[in-house]
Amino acid sequence: MEFEYIYKKPSALTSKANSYCPGCMHSTANKLIAEVLEELDMVGKTIAVFPVGCAVLSADYFLTDMTIAAHGRAPSVACDIKRCRPDKLVFAYQGDGDLSSIGMCETIHTANRGENIAVIFINNAIFGMTGGQMAPTTLVGQASTTGGKSRNPDDVGYPVKMCELINQFKAPKYIARFAMDSVPHIRDAKKGIRKAFELQLNGGGYSFVELISNCSTNWKTTPLQSLEFIREKMIPYYPLGEFRVPEEM
Amino acid sequence: MIQINIDFQKCKACEYCVSICPKHVLALGEAVNAKGYHSAEVRFAEACVGCAMCAIMCPEAAIEILKSKDKLSERSEQ
Ligand SMILES: Cc1ncc(C[n+]2csc(CCOP(=O)(O)OP(=O)(O)O)c2C)c(N)n1
Ligand code: SF4
Ligand code: SF4
Repeated sequence: MEFEYIYKKPSALTSKANSYCPGCMHSTANKLIAEVLEELDMVGKTIAVFPVGCAVLSADYFLTDMTIAAHGRAPSVACDIKRCRPDKLVFAYQGDGDLSSIGMCETIHTANRGENIAVIFINNAIFGMTGGQMAPTTLVGQASTTGGKSRNPDDVGYPVKMCELINQFKAPKYIARFAMDSVPHIRDAKKGIRKAFELQLNGGGYSFVELISNCSTNWKTTPLQSLEFIREKMIPYYPLGEFRVPEEM
Repeated sequence: MIQINIDFQKCKACEYCVSICPKHVLALGEAVNAKGYHSAEVRFAEACVGCAMCAIMCPEAAIEILKSKDKLSERSEQ
């Protein structure tokens, strides 16, 4: 009997098990990026820039060219690479500690200059790799090892909304926030990643794709419970949708 | 006919696929893989409708879904 695939593992990923925790949506995001690269036939023509944080575990998993930047510097490294090799598809892949804390400066200036790169932002509202410290994105009331049982905005301010912040600049072309907790949300997220990559390939411009993610290890939930946290706590504070889309899209 | 292949070594037993399947085709198994997880397995293959929701949810890309191209054999099975 002859079979055809309804779903096939993307060829841009190695076939071994990666090092992310069970249910970690870094893996989901990796899978979506890999699917888009395959669909656009860009696996061999892409340079990925991975950061510091759990996000760097992706470096072991992708079959594209890549480099790893110092903490927070991924967008700067990505724009340097893109300026030297404009023929390549270049994206930075960063967690929230990396992008909105130590790398806030690089994030903002790369966006403001409208560099022709895509930034994929994994927002899991916590520092994952180092064991659950508070990130700029940690929700009010959320527990963390450095913020105690509950983030107190009187003491440490309110969680930073990166899409809304970047939407203040004139140069960025595509700004959107998606989640990965359900099949429809995952489908939307994939379409968003595709738009960001296509934009870069067709004339270009800066794109920022935020993916609301999870960290059940440091949230101290099961993977299934982390889906509830995303729906009940994350999405109400970080509204999903496209903040800016180029006219031609 | 639908075929579901679950990569025993890649599964991390997050249960996303188990909880999302509208036909309750999948469950965590008894056997433990090299990383120590009770990999998901196919329990009721005949109930699968090929919607691929499990494969879309699976973070690990551990699930592949295939369907038979042969329309005749599909009909004769029913
Ligand atoms: C210059 C520097 N400062 C601090 C660290 C320690 N460090 C490693 S990962 C990390 C946080 C990463 O968190 P996030 O970006 O949210 O990524 P996640 O692990 O959640 O994917 C920190 C502070 C480091 N490696 N380098
Ligand atoms: S610690 Fe958190 S972010 Fe890191 S791999 Fe585990 S679940 Fe993912
Ligand atoms: S979704 Fe994937 S990793 Fe999670 S239990 Fe199912 S097959 Fe395993």
